[in-house]
Amino acid sequence: MEIAISVKNMVKKFGDFVANDHLNFEVYQGEIFGFLGANGAGKTTAIKILCGISSPSSGELMVAGYNIYKNRDKVKKSIGYMSQKFSLYDDLSIAENIEFYGGIYGLSRQIIKQKTAEYIHELALESYEKMRVIDLPLGIKQKLAFSVAVIHQPKIVFLDEPTSGVDPITRRQFWEMIYREAANGTTVFVTTHYMDEAEYCNRVSIMVDGRIEALGTPSELKNQYSASSMEEVFIHLARKATRID
Amino acid sequence: MQSAISIQNLSKHYADNQALKSINCEIQPGELFGFIGPDGAGKTSLFRILTSLLLPDQGQAKVLGFDVVSDYKAIREQVGYMPGRFSLYQDLTVEENLKFFAGVFKSNLAENYYLIEDIYQQILPFKHRRAGKLSGGMKQKLALSCALIHKPQVLLLDEPSTGVDAVSRKELWEMLHKLKMEGITILVSTPYMDEAAKCDRVALMQKGKILSIDTPTNIIKAFPHTLGAVKSPLMNPLLQVLKQSKLIHSAYLFGENIHVVCKLGIDFVQLEQELISKGVVEWQYQIINAGIEDCFMELMNK
Amino acid sequence: MKDFIIKEFKQIFRDYRSMIILFGIPIAQVMLFGFALTLDLNDAHFAVLDQAKDEHSRKIIEKMDASSYFILDRNLNSREEIQKVFEGGVVREVLVFKPGFSENLDKTASTELQIITDASDPNTANMMLNYTQAIISNYEQSLLLAHGKQVLIIPETQFKYNENLKSVFMFVPGVITIILMLVSAMMTSISIAREKEMGTMEVLLVSPIKPIEIVIGKVMPYLLLSFVNFLLILGLAFTVFKMPMDGNMLLLMAEALLYILMALSLGILISTVSNSQQTAMLLSMFALLLPTILLSGFIFPIENMPSILIYLSHIMPSKWFIIIIKDVMLKGAGLKEVWFPTSIILFQTVLFISLSIKKFKIRLQ
Repeated sequence: MEIAISVKNMVKKFGDFVANDHLNFEVYQGEIFGFLGANGAGKTTAIKILCGISSPSSGELMVAGYNIYKNRDKVKKSIGYMSQKFSLYDDLSIAENIEFYGGIYGLSRQIIKQKTAEYIHELALESYEKMRVIDLPLGIKQKLAFSVAVIHQPKIVFLDEPTSGVDPITRRQFWEMIYREAANGTTVFVTTHYMDEAEYCNRVSIMVDGRIEALGTPSELKNQYSASSMEEVFIHLARKATRID
Repeated sequence: MQSAISIQNLSKHYADNQALKSINCEIQPGELFGFIGPDGAGKTSLFRILTSLLLPDQGQAKVLGFDVVSDYKAIREQVGYMPGRFSLYQDLTVEENLKFFAGVFKSNLAENYYLIEDIYQQILPFKHRRAGKLSGGMKQKLALSCALIHKPQVLLLDEPSTGVDAVSRKELWEMLHKLKMEGITILVSTPYMDEAAKCDRVALMQKGKILSIDTPTNIIKAFPHTLGAVKSPLMNPLLQVLKQSKLIHSAYLFGENIHVVCKLGIDFVQLEQELISKGVVEWQYQIINAGIEDCFMELMNK
Repeated sequence: MKDFIIKEFKQIFRDYRSMIILFGIPIAQVMLFGFALTLDLNDAHFAVLDQAKDEHSRKIIEKMDASSYFILDRNLNSREEIQKVFEGGVVREVLVFKPGFSENLDKTASTELQIITDASDPNTANMMLNYTQAIISNYEQSLLLAHGKQVLIIPETQFKYNENLKSVFMFVPGVITIILMLVSAMMTSISIAREKEMGTMEVLLVSPIKPIEIVIGKVMPYLLLSFVNFLLILGLAFTVFKMPMDGNMLLLMAEALLYILMALSLGILISTVSNSQQTAMLLSMFALLLPTILLSGFIFPIENMPSILIYLSHIMPSKWFIIIIKDVMLKGAGLKEVWFPTSIILFQTVLFISLSIKKFKIRLQ
């Protein structure tokens, strides 16, 4: 299977503090990979490094087939990113947001136009078309943000708590979008605090105190820790955390 | 017995957004009451009205018998409030924050220390650390301590578990149950449906309306359908088939299963035959009890 | 309330950026003005209208030209040329020796020398004058030594463009006024806006603490810090720039406290209309700082402005405060003399405080 992300002995230190302690994992192309961890376990630090925003202290990293040290620009072109906190510009309309992000990734005017029509149709946004993003319901905003994050057909898309606070039905519609994207061959790298969503992932890693404590398919992990749900697995592992930040 | 909180026909709008649509609710003294719903349900607006921070457009609300509009001063002496976002002084240490809020509430640390002791013990080792440098769970504990320092009769926690990991969330609910033992009336809002089970009673909220108010058990009892949990090694293709089937009332991903409700008069045996006819072989199902989230989605679709 | 004040102090001292604004900028500004004042004079161009063309006039011109401060730009032939040469902008000073310069000096031991200075830049003008006078008195000394003769060259000074030359000491009152406005108004408005932004205001509002307690809790620390700041600038003015102090120190301090209080209440007023630190900052910048600088008469003389701006300047507290400081420090004025500007600032303070308490919101919007 083709490897989308390969991390070998990745370490990130802030002074004496080891945020990421020798991380080792691989993510396959087209896979939905759940990146879980307690607050302060070092998830955000790791995602920033994988997206090329931050540099690791040491380790070997390949993202979308490129060495992150040498080809940071190529890495950035091959990935998409969406987070709960920042995704779209509140004061721009739907079309203006699509135009802006399409423009950033160098899509032609024609393709942007085509994508805009496509998204508005797919997400049933017709009645919201002229609205500014700030006036959209959260669920719709998050679905649109996801579409925009994959507008340039990236090899990998990083989703940082994409469904936080979203209603249960929209949350599931969001996951169906993730499934469709993965079926098209896109690798999905996702974090979440909803443990039922961990079950939707092909494989899951759980970080505790800067280290990856467990990695496997949800059923493997449940067997390994004789747990009935991913929530039990998570609590079992995260309880061991000694670090507080 | 007089209600701790009484809400009648409460409405609130901002510009062209109707945040609360004629809400009615009574909460008894000593209850641990949950307002459950996604963002935009109106939970924060409701909490702000109850703490006298916002004026309602219509309707009435009373906290401990005090009107939220005219008796706001009395309310402010009696309630403890933890807003949705972390609202402590990031540049003050843990201890300084606590002392400051004790002062603001004309209380002192020693007087009600017993109340927060359990919670505060856990952050005590970091009392000289600045609040801004604490992890999410620790911040939550500190904020809770600060909201409790004056021994309020009513405690309102606006989304205390949002953005907090599963372990800290579990600990938070354990703390709330202990506080309930002290006789404090507690109102909690949360977008996590599974937390409903931890409340005495809950109000399910969506788009400014209350869909249902009852004990979690009664809400689940009121679920009108037979629910099946369906499982297959290939979940997404199965989901697509189920969604397109004419026999299906609803089908939602649910952890490792798909929760399926058949249309009226259809049973799972008929569904099984249809799936086989469509070439889906490898699947199994089990009839299960609904959860709050199933009920919520059912109510949303009404 | 005590807790509030303590908390406020802690927060101020932990935010190093605020500390830089608080103490770094005043020092930098005073020093900047100070050094612009002392280092500026280098090869200033001067012209000469020598109607005497005799021994002493020539020698004085030579001495001037030989000094590192001045360069002889040209000789003029008539009074009419003076105006023209100033308009050229290069020549900043003209010496006029009247006919019979040496004759008068030799016979009566006293003569007049006219010094005309371009005072559009008052600091430089004053400096040129000082240096010219120093050279002349030096010349007087040399005559005394060589011939044992006590002579007196009386400078007759005249300022071009800005006749009633603003004092060099203008900058100290100006800097004090601006800094106090900056620190007091901007920092209080930002610190209240920060509470709104961080969500802590929500918790404070829900608590039994009264709005007046929040306001006083915010004002007290800045009142104290601004006063320390005032003393710091004053200290620099006395030690580094030898600013005179003719009036009553206690009166000056009392006036400063009043002005600070005015600025603080203005800051609170600003914060009641701004919900973010950014808005508070911009509002203070544009609504307060710029008018303070432009309309206080500190840099741009008010008299030369269009009448609408003159009227506007009358409502600027800073204008009145500059008048107070100057009168007290330079003219030795007492309360009797400065009662009018004082009462204006007092009135404004009361106005701003009552407005801000009235506008202080006890609820969210």
